[in-house]
Amino acid sequence: MPSIVKPLIPLATLPRNDLGLTPRNYEGAMSTLCAGCGHDSVTAALMQALFELSIPPYKVAKLSGIGCSSKTTAYFAGEAHGFNSVHGRMPTIATGAIAANRELHYVGVSGDGDSLSIGLGHLAHAVRRNIRMLYVIDNNGVYGLTKGQFSASADIGSTSKKGEANAFAPIDPLMLALSIGATFVARGFSGDKERLVPILKAGLSHRGLALVDVISPCVQFNDHEGSTKSYLFVREHEVSATDFVEPRETIVAHVPDQGVLAVPMHDGSQMHFRAVPAGYDPTDRAAAMHYLQDRHAQGEVVTGLVYADEGVPDLHELSGTPEGPLAAVPFDRLCPGADELARLQDSFR
Amino acid sequence: MTLKAVVRTETRARVNDFAIKLANVNGTGSASANSLLMKAIFRMGIPVSGKNLFPSNIQGLPTWYEIRVNKDGHTSRALDYDLMVTMNAQTYAADIAEVRSGGYVLYDSTWPLPSELLRTDVTFLGVPLAELCAQQFERPRDRLLLKNICYAGALVALLGVDRDVIATLLEETFGGKPKLRDANQLALKLGFDYASEQLTCPLPIHLEPMDAKEGNILIDGNTATALGCLYAGATVAAWYPITPSTSVMDNFASLCRRYRVHDGVHDYLIVQAEDELAALGMVVGASWNGARAFTATSGPGISLMNELLGFAYYAEIPAVIVNVQRTGPSTGMPTRTQQADLLLCAYASHGDTKHVLLFPANPAECFDFAVKAFDLAERFQTPVLMLSDLDIGMNDWVVPQLAWDDAFLPDRGRVLTAEELHALPRFNRYEDEDAEFVTPRTLPGAAPGGAYFVRGSGHDKRGAYTEVPDKYQEVVDRLAHKHTAAALHLPAPVLHRREGARIGVVCIGSGDLAVREAAELLAARDLPVDVMRVRGFPFPPSVRAFLDEHEILFVVEQNRDAQLRSLLVLETGVSTARLHSVLVYGGFPLSAQQVVDSIVTQTGSE
Ligand SMILES: Cc1ncc(C[n+]2csc(CCOP(=O)(O)OP(=O)(O)O)c2C)c(N)n1
Ligand code: SF4
Ligand SMILES: [Mg+2]
Repeated sequence: MPSIVKPLIPLATLPRNDLGLTPRNYEGAMSTLCAGCGHDSVTAALMQALFELSIPPYKVAKLSGIGCSSKTTAYFAGEAHGFNSVHGRMPTIATGAIAANRELHYVGVSGDGDSLSIGLGHLAHAVRRNIRMLYVIDNNGVYGLTKGQFSASADIGSTSKKGEANAFAPIDPLMLALSIGATFVARGFSGDKERLVPILKAGLSHRGLALVDVISPCVQFNDHEGSTKSYLFVREHEVSATDFVEPRETIVAHVPDQGVLAVPMHDGSQMHFRAVPAGYDPTDRAAAMHYLQDRHAQGEVVTGLVYADEGVPDLHELSGTPEGPLAAVPFDRLCPGADELARLQDSFR
Repeated sequence: MTLKAVVRTETRARVNDFAIKLANVNGTGSASANSLLMKAIFRMGIPVSGKNLFPSNIQGLPTWYEIRVNKDGHTSRALDYDLMVTMNAQTYAADIAEVRSGGYVLYDSTWPLPSELLRTDVTFLGVPLAELCAQQFERPRDRLLLKNICYAGALVALLGVDRDVIATLLEETFGGKPKLRDANQLALKLGFDYASEQLTCPLPIHLEPMDAKEGNILIDGNTATALGCLYAGATVAAWYPITPSTSVMDNFASLCRRYRVHDGVHDYLIVQAEDELAALGMVVGASWNGARAFTATSGPGISLMNELLGFAYYAEIPAVIVNVQRTGPSTGMPTRTQQADLLLCAYASHGDTKHVLLFPANPAECFDFAVKAFDLAERFQTPVLMLSDLDIGMNDWVVPQLAWDDAFLPDRGRVLTAEELHALPRFNRYEDEDAEFVTPRTLPGAAPGGAYFVRGSGHDKRGAYTEVPDKYQEVVDRLAHKHTAAALHLPAPVLHRREGARIGVVCIGSGDLAVREAAELLAARDLPVDVMRVRGFPFPPSVRAFLDEHEILFVVEQNRDAQLRSLLVLETGVSTARLHSVLVYGGFPLSAQQVVDSIVTQTGSE
């Protein structure tokens, strides 16, 4: 059942943004994901971020790969062009699209399978090129769409629905990105819209590639005891392990400014979120990596803006391209013409 | 220590009709000497071709360069050599064995040739190249490099190359670097003087100026392709380096630096991608967004691009892909030529897919077809693959000067303007097809109301996801019709007819010159043949008509599996039994003699 329910009659009290648009203008097709899927919450946060930033929907380009997560580009900003590409290759499509037209707002939505396994190389190179886009990974630790295989973000020892334990080290997209020059990395939690929306807005306003890893639980295949989440160390704000979230219910929890929030997953396992502390300096790359590693060792998942640098030029700035879209450069400026063709052929004689 | 082998020398003069082969070690600087000679002959107005037969290696392995001169314009690869320049001790034996009886061997006589290599039916011309260079040049590197210019000097004397032409060429090449120019001039003179004094010059095989240069240029296919992409208005290019396509992008980049920078603004963006999948992804993304975009690759790259080729086909997104074919399968022989990607490209990707292909035969067509490829890709909203090959792409060819019509306007296909969009009650991406089954598209961000959702998943004509058989079929059936409709927009087959020909010969791409020469040789043996060279896929009806007209048919192509023949059978319905094959696929450019031999044998006309 879709979690984005659309009332037939728009409410008169709907807020309007600077463009005079309401949140309805940022909605898309009805979601076909499982009820309670974290991905739908990310979609909702994206809609709100776009709405709040007053971005005209038709100036948005939505790109994705393949997976439950990648389907979500259809579920928001219906007036925006969408591009549901092939598995893992979204960053390449985005690179080309951005090369052709730097004026649109690019939102890429991918999954942990899409971006950390089959498309890992493309993610890495998109980060290196600092193409200007918001790059969201709906990270659930599994391949949802192919029914629950481990993804590369699953922790060692986490078990699948069938009970097998994962033996291989996880890839943390933020650590990876930081190590290859990322200019914006952040993490959110699908259940914490309050924190996620500002992160997405910051990402949409970033000068280059803004990578936002969103922990987004899969209610179908990562909701059992033994999933990586229950391995996490409980520190503060502990929620009793007996707390049980009904399946089909979207997890909602607000990560506090300080300390760790333990969030019960659908199976009663827990995940521990820690917001970056007050006074945290998101401009120090080495410190950011250290902090992530440190917290990971404690079994915690850091949320918030982990690193940002607005001083690094994006692909276009590095390439010296025109301020407007390359695709709009008039033909007569692109084609040197007959006389020049005759002249340049002197060197072939 | 000049070796004086006294042998029978052919005295019959053969002016402007001979072939020479230069056997070198790669990485020793022979390429510049060889192309200097080739270019000088071109400037003398004599039809000439130069073929580089090189190894997949940077330094130390054998490499050959062949120059064929032919006053009648037959410049496909020659198989018997009148003169061999042996600069590589590793291959002496094989190289000397290849010279035709009565021919010549030019060798470095600083050291004697092992006596077992001597042949009594060829003339050995010794020039002490190493010794001459050692006497004049200090640095070991100069001695090594300039040995090549030194043999070029000897050849200038032996073959009667115009000395003014050579002098001008050296000036053009090294004019800005006086030291280098002087060293090259000296090395050239050393070889020239020695040959003039010690050997009988010119040889009976030699050159005399002609006027075949008028209106012609000397250019390789990859440079011409890059020029075509520049003139077509391509702004985005993405690629991953692979022989023999790399110089397409190298040339495109340098052309862009020259013609596309205005007041410091770069009207282009070239991305060296992380792999070929990414390269095509970038092209597809850019094309979707309204730019003219292309990639250049070779077989292994096409293999990687398969999934996205199918995607672009089904989602109907333009893309231009240049495939400079090399020898497969797998890594194969990266520096050798073949036409073995025909089937791969025609049907690339899983599911029912068919692509539009262009088959240029020479650099001039590379230029024209590259421009055409963008028009076709945008008009038919589909990937277009231009299949050149290593022989065309990396060798210098004499072709008519490239022409451009300033009235040319790119065909951007059916892209709705904001006004057209507003006039529509509702825009549906895959509706409102024209007579050629093309539906209008919109560009992202161009106007409100134009949005659609691109997907590789099953969709109906409104672009919505579907799993309903009829709705799915409606779209894929239109795609098939659209592909067929493209046939009439492709360059038409080229026909060469002969009186009384009952045999039809079909060829493709770089086989052109060899097959046309073969047709003349066959006619001289009372075996007249008509030739048809196909230049695009899907095939227009004229292809089937040609096949129907001829009693006996040969398909000449450079692959093992008769891929063009299969494509003809599959797509024209001609019966397999009617098509006989001439297959040459060892990796070297096609030679007329191979075609003649095969057809003569198969027709029993020996
Ligand atoms: C080339 C290719 N291989 C395999 C698949 C099958 N497949 C579809 S989605 C998917 C994994 C998706 O996982 P993830 O990106 O994490 O998305 P989720 O469904 O978990 O949101 C796979 C393997 C495919 N579509 N294409
Ligand atoms: S399978 Fe998991 S990831 Fe996919 S829609 Fe259902 S809950 Fe979401
Ligand atoms: Mg996943």
